[in-house]
Amino acid sequence: MMNLFVLQLLNGVQLGVLLFLIAAGLTLVFGIMDVINLAHGVLYMVGAYLIATFAALTGSFWWGLLLMLPAAVVVGLLIEVVIIRRLYARSHLDQVLATFGLVMIASELVEIVWGTSPLSVPMPEMLSGSVPLMGPLRYPVYRIAVILAGLAVAAGLYVVVNHTRIGMLLRAGATNRMMVSALGVDINKLFAIVFTLGAVLACLAGALVAPILSVDTGMGESVLILAFVVVVIGGIGSIKGAFLGALLVAVVDTLGGVFGPFLLRSLLDPAAAGQMGRVLAPMLVYILMAVILFARPAGLFGRRA
Amino acid sequence: MMSDAPAMRPAPRTPALAGRVKAALVLFVLFALMPPLASALNDPFYVLIGTRILAYAIAAMALDLILGFGALVSFGHAAYLGFGAYAVAILSSYGIDDLFLQIAAGIVMSAGFALITGAISLRTQGVYFIMITLAFGQMAFFFFISLSAYGGDDGYSLSQRSGVLGTDLLGSDYGLYYTTLALLIAVFVLCNRIVNSRFGRVFTGIRENRTRMEAVGYAPFRFQLTAFVISACLTSVAGVLLANQAQFVSPAFMSWHRSGELIVMVVLGGVGTLTGGIVGAVVALLLEEWLGMLTHHWPLLFGTFLVLMVLFSPRGITGLIERLGIGRGRR
Amino acid sequence: MTSLSVQNLSKNFGALKVTDDVSLEVASGEIHAVIGPNGAGKTTLIAQLSGQLRSDAGRVLVGGEDISQLSMPDRVGRGLARSFQITCVLPGFTALENVAVAVQARSGSSFRFFGRVAEEEALNAAALRALEEAGLGDRAHVRASSLSHGEHRRLELAIALATEPKVLLLDEPLAGVGGEDAEAFIDRLKRFKGRFTMVLIEHDMEAVFALADRVSVLVYGRIIATGTPEAIRSDPEVRAAYLGEEEEEVA
Repeated sequence: MMNLFVLQLLNGVQLGVLLFLIAAGLTLVFGIMDVINLAHGVLYMVGAYLIATFAALTGSFWWGLLLMLPAAVVVGLLIEVVIIRRLYARSHLDQVLATFGLVMIASELVEIVWGTSPLSVPMPEMLSGSVPLMGPLRYPVYRIAVILAGLAVAAGLYVVVNHTRIGMLLRAGATNRMMVSALGVDINKLFAIVFTLGAVLACLAGALVAPILSVDTGMGESVLILAFVVVVIGGIGSIKGAFLGALLVAVVDTLGGVFGPFLLRSLLDPAAAGQMGRVLAPMLVYILMAVILFARPAGLFGRRA
Repeated sequence: MMSDAPAMRPAPRTPALAGRVKAALVLFVLFALMPPLASALNDPFYVLIGTRILAYAIAAMALDLILGFGALVSFGHAAYLGFGAYAVAILSSYGIDDLFLQIAAGIVMSAGFALITGAISLRTQGVYFIMITLAFGQMAFFFFISLSAYGGDDGYSLSQRSGVLGTDLLGSDYGLYYTTLALLIAVFVLCNRIVNSRFGRVFTGIRENRTRMEAVGYAPFRFQLTAFVISACLTSVAGVLLANQAQFVSPAFMSWHRSGELIVMVVLGGVGTLTGGIVGAVVALLLEEWLGMLTHHWPLLFGTFLVLMVLFSPRGITGLIERLGIGRGRR
Repeated sequence: MTSLSVQNLSKNFGALKVTDDVSLEVASGEIHAVIGPNGAGKTTLIAQLSGQLRSDAGRVLVGGEDISQLSMPDRVGRGLARSFQITCVLPGFTALENVAVAVQARSGSSFRFFGRVAEEEALNAAALRALEEAGLGDRAHVRASSLSHGEHRRLELAIALATEPKVLLLDEPLAGVGGEDAEAFIDRLKRFKGRFTMVLIEHDMEAVFALADRVSVLVYGRIIATGTPEAIRSDPEVRAAYLGEEEEEVA
């Protein structure tokens, strides 16, 4: 029982770290540019497909990862310049429609280019296998590496946001957009950088997860909504909120699925508990969101609307 | 600056409302004439497609009630289609197959869900509202996916269509089509009354300027929540009809793509016009059918169409519609 | 008629004290002007009184009833109405509808879904009366978005009148209005004297001294003096803090 708990907790943290990479860009784009981007999940999917392609071409996960990054920059910049840039001054409704259209386009393009059958990315040699954790319990090295990589990126982002000029502008932009333009900063450039940064982080999440998940066209969908939940819980525009929100959502999602039925069993008979647990588990994160929003409508670290 | 020149004193505007009702009447007559035409063409399949379009028109109009008249961009409205559809499945599995009882059940479920999720979502505005309604829609989606008694992910086939007051009216495709049309007309009349009522004026006023409405004594929340619940209930009626049309229900009715499509319909036809929802449903679904015949990658074309429309009309689709003089106006 | 009592009202934005322990007693039927240089916190004070902004401390009493904890809509229900410095109307509604919706708020339930509100003669008649009182009767059927600036100021007034206030807070009703229009507006306000209690925030000193029974001077969130217009005019502290600057501000 304890072992299972530790195992699921680690899985939760691993999912949380990935969710953070996705939600970080999303929350910045919402907070600074006031743009709702439904196509953010697409970037996560594209990252996975890119690494799958490059890894297959070069025969190496590492080369794949290295080549994926500049490609992600290109993809992010392209989307920003061609579509997103024209949506800043638009209504949220226009943004919803355009990025919804973008989701349709991207999913079909991926299907046309890569086909419908799922791709897989081989696990890098040095990160395969598992390490002993406690007692008989072992945990895959790769998942630990994902956690560490995610935490490293989070730390890097923390330094950038809190200790650089760009970060200063980002924070200012998230609280007061007028102020940033008053500072005489080239808003277009700043927005392009923010969007591309977010895109690269989402692509990176997709690339990191590729060796442990099958790469398919549906992968962006579920993660997009979870990332929305994270952003809403954390508070729009808050990196700190996105980090804590992501961990919270992921841990609740992973542990709830496993331990929900256990807990219910103490209240109900086993059959009913099993049934109820199966129904409730996937709804847990949304219930969590509802409870947090009920107490704090602007999220944990959001400024009040 | 006082002026007595009669030119400066426009007469009380002839209600463009009459225009809206007229447009709706034309549409309803065309819809009524469609099935005989289809049978003359010897292609009764059109009647089933037509039923689907009319059902979506109900949903789009219900969404327009809050999106167009209240600027509430709900991205979770497909959930209410689902509640309506599952009301048919759940009740018929208990042997209750009366259409009106099923509609009532769908409305009760929708009202409950909309009341709770709306109360939470409406404490926020703008981007938050869009994302939270989307998330709650997804929550309903997952609920029905894990509801294994009704097929979970795979869905649930209905052995027969609903009865109407003990008759087998819906047994024929024509019966179902005209029942759907009758409900569409009823929902239009209801929505039209609502937007022209005291309630409608306050609700539209909140869209126009929330602070102003608070400053004359209205608490926006109660009005928005009421409208949100009404819209949800009407959307579930469309779900009941869609389940009968397909004789099948599945969580796919409630995916977030479906919510997005409903928004697309409203915008295509013109927000804040009611008839726009009807036109939008016709255009969007026919476009889908037509593009689908060209290529199975039709979402690529449809998506491109959407993006281009937003990008190349100077103030977006909303602006395009305003320039055509049919949108935004509340009458 | 009803008095307004403001007791020790405060509001901070971070370290900045925007409203600093403000107390005011406005007698029934009085026109009480609040003047002060730009940035003195006049509009913030109105926002706090009307309930648009929560106060950090202090109380607001209307006719002796403490309304400090009420929301803006509830305060309107207690007879406390306001107009806005920056025009705040329903742009897609006609002038008449803008006012009728305010009439509706105090006459019967707004949770009626079927009757056609445009045909409710009682609402329209009351709205037209308020428009005429504000000098906008001939523009009743024009969309608010098509009205001129001066007409917007009058529409603001008409909407406030339509709520049938006991206490009316006027936030620079003359902002941007000049010449004859301003004179007509001042005359109009004079006619309302005695019908309800008024708090008038105004930059136009001519208007203030023509209308006000008493004047309070707000500087950096504090009231530095309250008195009759004559007393305020000759108060050396006020002259130093405020009236001396007036010449420059007008330019």
